[in-house]
Amino acid sequence: MSAPAATTNNWTMAKALNEGMRKSMELDPKVVIMGEDVGKLGGVFRITDGLQKDFGEDRVIDTPLAESAIIGTAVGLAIRGYRPVCEIQFDGFVFPGFDQIVSQVAKFHNRSAGLVKMPITIRIPSGGGIGAVEHHSESVETYFAHTAGLKVVACSTPSDAYWMIQEAIADDDPVIFIEPKRLYHAARADIEAAPTPLYEARIVRPGQHVTVAGYGPTMSTLLESAKAAAEDGIELEVIDLRSVSPLDMPTVVESVRRTGRLIVVHEAPQSFGVGAEIAARVTEQAFYSLEAPVLRVTGYDTPYPPSRLEHEWLPNLDRVLDAVDKIMEY
Amino acid sequence: MSEHVLAVHPEPDLVQLLTPEGQRVEHPDYPLDITDDEISALYRDLVLVRRIDTEAIALQRQGELGLWASLLGQEAAQIGSGRALKGHDMAFPTYREHGVAWCRGVDPLTLLGLFRGTNLGGFDPREHNFNLYTIVIGAQTLHAAGYAMGVVRDGAVGTGDPQRDTAVLAFFGDGASSQGDVNEAFVWAGAGNLPVVFFCQNNQWAISEPVTTQSRVPLFQRASGFGFAGVRVDGNDVLACLAVTRKALDHARNAQGPTLIEAFTYRMNPHTTNDDTRRYRLGSEVETWKLKDPIERVRAYLTRVAGFDHTFFEKVEEEAKALAEHVRSGCRALPDPTPESVFDNVHVTMSDELREQRSEFVDFVSEVSA
Repeated sequence: MSAPAATTNNWTMAKALNEGMRKSMELDPKVVIMGEDVGKLGGVFRITDGLQKDFGEDRVIDTPLAESAIIGTAVGLAIRGYRPVCEIQFDGFVFPGFDQIVSQVAKFHNRSAGLVKMPITIRIPSGGGIGAVEHHSESVETYFAHTAGLKVVACSTPSDAYWMIQEAIADDDPVIFIEPKRLYHAARADIEAAPTPLYEARIVRPGQHVTVAGYGPTMSTLLESAKAAAEDGIELEVIDLRSVSPLDMPTVVESVRRTGRLIVVHEAPQSFGVGAEIAARVTEQAFYSLEAPVLRVTGYDTPYPPSRLEHEWLPNLDRVLDAVDKIMEY
Repeated sequence: MSEHVLAVHPEPDLVQLLTPEGQRVEHPDYPLDITDDEISALYRDLVLVRRIDTEAIALQRQGELGLWASLLGQEAAQIGSGRALKGHDMAFPTYREHGVAWCRGVDPLTLLGLFRGTNLGGFDPREHNFNLYTIVIGAQTLHAAGYAMGVVRDGAVGTGDPQRDTAVLAFFGDGASSQGDVNEAFVWAGAGNLPVVFFCQNNQWAISEPVTTQSRVPLFQRASGFGFAGVRVDGNDVLACLAVTRKALDHARNAQGPTLIEAFTYRMNPHTTNDDTRRYRLGSEVETWKLKDPIERVRAYLTRVAGFDHTFFEKVEEEAKALAEHVRSGCRALPDPTPESVFDNVHVTMSDELREQRSEFVDFVSEVSA
């Protein structure tokens, strides 16, 4: 992976993803982008803006509107030696492609006894907070994390977005790439000179009292929460998991051994989620270090709410701080 | 729906080049230039793949296979279409295309692992340009369309170079024609003018559901709505299947787009060895189709018209016996997978967490078996 160009300062996540994909396409002529409206329009979020103009219609493919086929044809392209990057327009529209992802993409390498690789990246603009209508604010990562053969990652900063999308595309395994859509244009940042390895978590703010782990869309909330808690003298150690599957447990467990307290935060519904999985593993691996039960601040076990309710429903600053108060009472 | 409306329109004519009685007939759209020796080679294919099938069923009855999906009655559809392929063309089968696998040069034992439970496929589709069997109904038609997209991007259609121009052949059944994936594959292929041929073996039954449950129109007519040609061929006529598929593949290689072929045939056996046809179809229907047997008509032609004598048929029979023995003994010799192998190839690079699960599993199994 090449170093970023000199003009990589002050990029939005949208720009970073676009430039990352551009790099991947320059480096490997087998990389093709496919999805609905990804060509002339540049995608409904403009993440693929300008790529079709520069790489042509054969490499940036406006597909018919059929998600199962977007994924299913990517399988065939991969067998032929291509490296497809599929864009699912919105999280809630991935389900028509679910069979192809779970039964075909995820299993093909295994079924072929390792003889055929499925280097497919499936980009999914995810999560809520943008006032959208239904099916446009879902958090779908858990479905895929539960499926053997897939890797699931989520970026939360422009720099990570730039590097992680390139690492995902270069990975010979299929990767579900979760893009927090409300962060696409939320902030600008500089691109780091080198990537953090794709499947490693990162401590983004050190602290001694409570470990708070999240990924993707919740990270900005966690950093705000840490600032607020610090004003009350409670130092949160904020971990950006970055990868949901595989999970970088050594980073989480090492932190919990120091703090004795862990809160996991995600927008996806609570039950059977990433928080539950991390709680189970921390209990197995660091039981005697725990001063309190592992707490979860998550979406509720309901359909995603009408948008007028989403800010109360989503893990927000108040809900995280409330959990911090609770965990400090033990 | 008015009760006077037929669920399926009256059957249109089939493309047929060899009658059930073994008589060659011509079709204006599908001339077939073929020698008697070539027809005898097709006969050999038909007999050998039927023998593979017979042996596999017996192996299932003996507990050597967990399941088998019989091709009995569909040999002509599979050999005709399979022999129409060139080596560099690509085939995407369901789980019943043992005859196509044979045409591609795949050892029958390679297919048995899936049914014996020693692997989940376990071969490289690119070795013989024959994909892994696909059990989720219709899913492989999209893989075929995607592969065809790759062919186009590789510049391997419409060049006029027969060594380069490539077609893709996607197999599916009458039941699969209802699947979204198959219809999406039609959309993709039609809109994208992809070099793919859709070969539907309409064997009349999707387990217990007759084709009238799937469609109100003959299946080949579906193609017109997607913008390409559809043709119905006598699926028990190996010559017609060969001629129709060959033409469609040529069409595809010449960048003239997809074709839907409906091979009208019959699943003589149950859906799989687990199925019981007595619950849903009449024995008399099977008897009727026996008269259209795909092998008997070729044998009749070779005997009565082409003058092949018993030495030829005995030679094929000897070969079939040897193949049967290969299938029997080879099946029993297929090695069981080692316990830890279940963790192999889940990913290209194994995660630490999976490595831990593997080590736990290996320790547990070795303790239990100690």
